[in-house]
Amino acid sequence: MKNKVERDIPDDILKQSKRQIFKGVDYGQPTIQRVAPKVKATTGQNKILDSIDDVVTQTIKDGMTISFHHHFREGDYVFNKVMRSIIDHGYQNITLAPSSLTNVMNDIVVEAIQKGVVTEITSSGMRGSLGDAVSHGILQKPVVFRSHGNRARAIENGEIKIDVAFLGVPNTDDMGNANGRDGVAAFGSLGYALIDAQYANTLVLITDNIKPYPNTPASIKQTQVDYIVQVDEVGNPDKIGSGATRFTKDPKELKIAKTVNDVIVNSKYFKNGFSFQTGSGGAALAVTRFLRTAMIEQGIKAAFALGGITKPTVDLLNEGLVAKVMDVQDFDKGAAESMKDNQYQQEIDASWYADPANKGAMVDKLDVAILSALEIDTQFNVNVMSGSDGIIRGAIGGHQDAATAKLTIISAPLVRGRIATIVPEVTTVITPGDSIDVIVTEVGIAINPKRQDLIDQLKDVPGLPLYTIEALQEQAAKIVGTPKPLQFTDRVVAVAEYRDGTLIDVIKQVKE
Amino acid sequence: MAIEEKLRRTMMFVPGNNPAMVKDAGIFGADSIMFDLEDAVSLSEKDAARYLVYEALKTVDYGRSELVVRINGLDTPFYHNDIKAMVKAGIDVIRLPKVETADMIRNLEKLVVEAEIEFGREVGTTHLMAAIESARGVVNANEIAQASKRMIGIALSAEDYTTDMKTHRYPDGQELLYARNVILHAARAAGIAAFDTVFTNLNDEAGFKRETELIHQLGFDGKSLINPRQIDLVNQVYQPLKKEIITAQNVIAAIEDAKQKGSGVISMNGQMVDRPVVLRAERVMRLAKANNLVDEEGNYIEK
Repeated sequence: MKNKVERDIPDDILKQSKRQIFKGVDYGQPTIQRVAPKVKATTGQNKILDSIDDVVTQTIKDGMTISFHHHFREGDYVFNKVMRSIIDHGYQNITLAPSSLTNVMNDIVVEAIQKGVVTEITSSGMRGSLGDAVSHGILQKPVVFRSHGNRARAIENGEIKIDVAFLGVPNTDDMGNANGRDGVAAFGSLGYALIDAQYANTLVLITDNIKPYPNTPASIKQTQVDYIVQVDEVGNPDKIGSGATRFTKDPKELKIAKTVNDVIVNSKYFKNGFSFQTGSGGAALAVTRFLRTAMIEQGIKAAFALGGITKPTVDLLNEGLVAKVMDVQDFDKGAAESMKDNQYQQEIDASWYADPANKGAMVDKLDVAILSALEIDTQFNVNVMSGSDGIIRGAIGGHQDAATAKLTIISAPLVRGRIATIVPEVTTVITPGDSIDVIVTEVGIAINPKRQDLIDQLKDVPGLPLYTIEALQEQAAKIVGTPKPLQFTDRVVAVAEYRDGTLIDVIKQVKE
Repeated sequence: MAIEEKLRRTMMFVPGNNPAMVKDAGIFGADSIMFDLEDAVSLSEKDAARYLVYEALKTVDYGRSELVVRINGLDTPFYHNDIKAMVKAGIDVIRLPKVETADMIRNLEKLVVEAEIEFGREVGTTHLMAAIESARGVVNANEIAQASKRMIGIALSAEDYTTDMKTHRYPDGQELLYARNVILHAARAAGIAAFDTVFTNLNDEAGFKRETELIHQLGFDGKSLINPRQIDLVNQVYQPLKKEIITAQNVIAAIEDAKQKGSGVISMNGQMVDRPVVLRAERVMRLAKANNLVDEEGNYIEK
């Protein structure tokens, strides 16, 4: 059946998954019954176990759903330690439900799939050897991709039932009061993990740093924690963040960033008390720097910055240009360290951040979102999941969630190497064009024709060439030509949900 | 002798053997883009670079930028083929490096004419410019600047020049004082553009600004650049002040007024406006437009 973005969702997939097709970006105001976790009462005498093997054998059974967070990103040691034990103990039919999968987790997940240990996956995304293996059909059941807000929604209403959550923390006391701010492997906000802590039937903390009781501030509370295991190291601090964040020197990235800034400051949303989300990456950091200059020049201050936070955003907070930083994860050491000292850098969980099935999420108040894309099509649909070869190599992250902002800007080069970014039809629709407002490339911008108000505000800005999206697509095609269509089999290897849990697209197995 | 007056504040060097940079050269708003077949390209890549630049010129839309190519010198085996390929591709300007005599320009012109005829290009449409890189070149700058009707400009290339002068570059630029003034005078006497040399330390933004302010004050049309990041900085230095724009607007209004009255004499506030004032006003308005300070009709845009 075709959905609102003209994607054909096979009937058997709809039936198996008991999901609806994507019908539009408006969530409406449904009433939702949430679920609650099982609680095994304790006074906390026996929370600390000796080893990961002990906790795995005490908590895991075949067929369970287990979860992890990805706040350690490429510096994660916890995932590999736990999965090693699960594989070595020969468990089968495990569903893996982490907040996301980073490259450092790929090899062991592929091994677990090959040995029948892991048979289902839901994640924000995947890349590298794992994305490659899934795209070539290594799993029988389709992977389910969900945004960060959607994962919180799915956990809250029981679509994801976490049996055991294994959460790495840089500190905890012997009862499980823990946060992400202190310790060798501190990563700042525990935003995504807080949902697991709240809803998992069994919660295991893995740490390398036991602090005196009571450990405060406690992001994860002792009331939620079943077991604690101490290991030598939970993460490699040098790989958790991108280190010292460097301002891009790539002239093309700078040009795009400057144009993004021009779009923001010439829009009606650039006024005192506005809010924004920039994400990570060199161009996003450059936008933050240009925005800072514009805010100082025009005497404008922001009410809050949202989402994944970087050092340049924290600098704006310290300069008084941003009143609050609402922090679901920290992309670099500077942002992570500042959470400890700055009371206005507020840790928020994924539900508060971006869950549509809520009594209001922070993205509902967001004015400006700057997002990236692998592909954008002439309907403004965005792909952040599959590469130009059709292989899974991305993550939804907060893309669909932040795109509900009042002004959603996609910044992307017109072409990357010999591959067009703006195409007639994206390989996989992840974020629907209805929630995208402006595309910024190095040659100029395109505005969604549904936003006549923005066209009126931006059409006469000098030095801001306005094109139709079709004209940009033709320009890209003129540079790199038209590639042969990708070849897929009929077998679905992954489904992408929209943030409301409906199916926005499927990803098929690539032809060998 | 002068070809039409146009803004040449920024001449951006693009290595002719770098496909990504060649492809993207048009997006930064340089007044001139100079594809380099000479020093940026190693001997083994000379042919490849020539092919790449040729194809790019035939394919890529570089918008309003003037397209320049720095060919290999007279004494190299690449000289003839560079000329042929670039004339065939329809390049706007050929820049000859290490020019020391007017004869070198006349030799180039002869070959360009032959290529224009061979490839069916209108004779005279390929313009030329000379890079002065030695004491001999500076001494002969006048003759070089006037060597051909095709000449649109001369440029100082300071690295080779300072070596030739048994010195090197200093932050204050005293060592270039004579050469800069000679080249500037030769250019102005010939009615062509004068380009200052590159500034190679990309991390010294203050030094770059200081040097650009100096050459702007001297009267250079603009500067050769090695990185697109330098374009905005040059344009800022060349940006006219609001009061200069308002004066220029008044001068232009006075011209219009005189035209309507059919009067040969232009007057403003009871004073006669002479030709230099008119020329300066026109240049201020061109700069204001290029810096997005005025709209298409010439009205000042309040920030």
